[in-house]
Amino acid sequence: MARDLVDFAIVGAGAAGGVVAKELSEAGFRVVVLEQGPRLAEPDFVHDEIWSRNVHGLTNDHRLQPNTRRATERDVATVVPTITYGRTVGGGTVHYTGNFWRFHEIDFVERSRRGGVPGTGLDDWPITYADLEPYYSKAEWVLGVSGQAGVNPQEPPRSRPYPMPPLPIKPAGVLMERGARKLGWTPSPAPMAILSRPYQGRPACVQCGFCEWFGCEMGAKSSTLETVIPAAEQTGRCEIRSGSYVRKIEVDQRGRVTGVVYFDSRKRERFQPARAVVVCANGAETPRLLLMSKSNRFPDGLANSSGLVGKYLMYNGGAFSGGLFEHEINGYRGVHVSRIMQDFYELDPALGIMGGGAIDTRFDFAPIDFALEGLPGDVPAWGAGFKQALREYYNRTVYALAHTSSLPVETNSISLDPEVKDAWGLPAIRVTFQEHENDVRLYQWFRERTLELLAAAGAIKRWSYPLDTYYPAVHLLGTCRMGNDPARSVVDRSHRAHDVPNLFLVDGSSFVTGGRGQPTGTIQALAFRAGDEITRLAESGALGRG
Amino acid sequence: MRRRNFLGAVSAGIGGVWLTGHWPEIAAAADAASRAVADPGAATLQVLSADERGEIDAIASRILPSDDGPGAREAGVVYFIDRALGTFAGDARPLVSAGLATLSATVKTTYPDNARFSALEPDAQDRMLQTIESDAFFQFVRWGTIAGFLANPSYGGNRGKVGWRWIGFEDRFVWQEPFGYYDREDSGGS
Repeated sequence: MARDLVDFAIVGAGAAGGVVAKELSEAGFRVVVLEQGPRLAEPDFVHDEIWSRNVHGLTNDHRLQPNTRRATERDVATVVPTITYGRTVGGGTVHYTGNFWRFHEIDFVERSRRGGVPGTGLDDWPITYADLEPYYSKAEWVLGVSGQAGVNPQEPPRSRPYPMPPLPIKPAGVLMERGARKLGWTPSPAPMAILSRPYQGRPACVQCGFCEWFGCEMGAKSSTLETVIPAAEQTGRCEIRSGSYVRKIEVDQRGRVTGVVYFDSRKRERFQPARAVVVCANGAETPRLLLMSKSNRFPDGLANSSGLVGKYLMYNGGAFSGGLFEHEINGYRGVHVSRIMQDFYELDPALGIMGGGAIDTRFDFAPIDFALEGLPGDVPAWGAGFKQALREYYNRTVYALAHTSSLPVETNSISLDPEVKDAWGLPAIRVTFQEHENDVRLYQWFRERTLELLAAAGAIKRWSYPLDTYYPAVHLLGTCRMGNDPARSVVDRSHRAHDVPNLFLVDGSSFVTGGRGQPTGTIQALAFRAGDEITRLAESGALGRG
Repeated sequence: MRRRNFLGAVSAGIGGVWLTGHWPEIAAAADAASRAVADPGAATLQVLSADERGEIDAIASRILPSDDGPGAREAGVVYFIDRALGTFAGDARPLVSAGLATLSATVKTTYPDNARFSALEPDAQDRMLQTIESDAFFQFVRWGTIAGFLANPSYGGNRGKVGWRWIGFEDRFVWQEPFGYYDREDSGGS
């Protein structure tokens, strides 16, 4: 069944899709946003770990959409839940922690600054921090981000302060301040996409403590569901169509996109014609959709003449250490993160380790998750000792989490599994991923720093978790990288596919480097910029006639 | 009832001007957010047989024993597991049936005059569980015991919020600084 032709079909209503929908509809275009997941609202956001984690109320359910995983291309992939993303209107911004960092200047030019790394595709971005800076500011003001400019010595230049002050400091933040200062490091208030003041009709956070893995029942988390999506709908030119699972982008004989084929919520197949398509489906689903959109003209998948669709997958790695303190932390009360430190954003080249990272202190475990994942390795897994440890650690633990860069390795990838299908009969995502040796050393280096920090803060016991890649993988980056050279990238500096004039890809897949964790702010700044770029191209006639 | 508890919590501990001016909105949001914390309903089984119930309860009681305070048994963990098997964890039903059958056979081999795990002495139960602690069956029961101790009471476990009380989690919907000892200390409070 055909639908009315629109100017833009946007695939995915998440961090990027919501922003692009607002920008394009406000520019006067007719837009339909197709979102796999349901549309939920504040009353749906319950403090219920079972609903969130086991019923998959907010994220993809691996039983319906399995993925497979292997370390290298020589291995056979097996079904292992790995890729996790927000599957609801608002996407990951509904359930994320709210960390809203900017990338720094180095993230865009690390290759030319530090040189290439053998075995990797480390490259400069085709845009610089200066190109993106106005859009970081725009994102912070349109969405509502709390923070304090001018106190983090590593902070890149900024044209505007934050629109509101930082959230209150928590015990874990106080301990970060104490430990870091003792070590000569410089902690600063965490920039968070959570309101510290009433803003644009939304209330300030009441510190309920259910942020990561939960939707905000107050609307104080600045998700796209609460901000840009209602603004897009207000134009009267944007329809958010939830329960719509796009399986193919169609092209005509000229190689131009004509619309998308999708399953509606009753698994009926539909076609949405569009003059142009913007895919904002995340760094795993965007390459998957391109690879599923094979045609005579594009036998290796759409927009894949470079062969790089799905390649250079980056997750952001890091290290995760815990500390037990003498007195009450009560980490479950209030927003998870209140202090960060970025002194090691760029490691000293003399160390011989490429990249860098940053550290925050936090407590982000709801009760069940804590009991399953949050205790040190020397605590018994069950029995009286386990039960005592639950009581001893729950309110006296602080975690130091390091977020690091990841080198782009071509064989680390998203591809289509040749055998496993999802509940709609579509090929499952196959993940191939093995850390570059440099990154393992980087994690180790940061593990030592997190343990130092906890010691300096006065922890009476410290422990660390294994340095393997963190699963579930939630930062999905680099798989349709941006670049000027069509042979070495998938989209150009305007997010337009090199191979298809009316196809745009805007999300974590556009990243050339992965930053130092916390990619959402950059995904959204890119999306605001893409809105301007796409508008400019459409108005100049560069998209051609649909 | 829930809303009253909530407003009581607000008025007892919090004096922020903004909060005072926004009780209706906060209360409405918290009321919705807490709706899952409801009465668990009657303690009836939907999936497990009475025999299975007894065996699962005995295993759960070794994972979170009751010696030093309410444990899996007092929390009604077995009812949580039963409800999980009847709903979102239905995939695990065959694993549980097979796991219990294997356990029963092992008990019978080791203690020829006894085919029931639940009839063994606690020490013997612990020794038996140590031999299966890496099995998928035990891992599932461990997960169900922990989740049933700490989940919303609406799922049938965590009765009277005994699990939350044990670890020191309080299900209030508004917190304000000081959150704990160290920020109170830094702000000069006592």
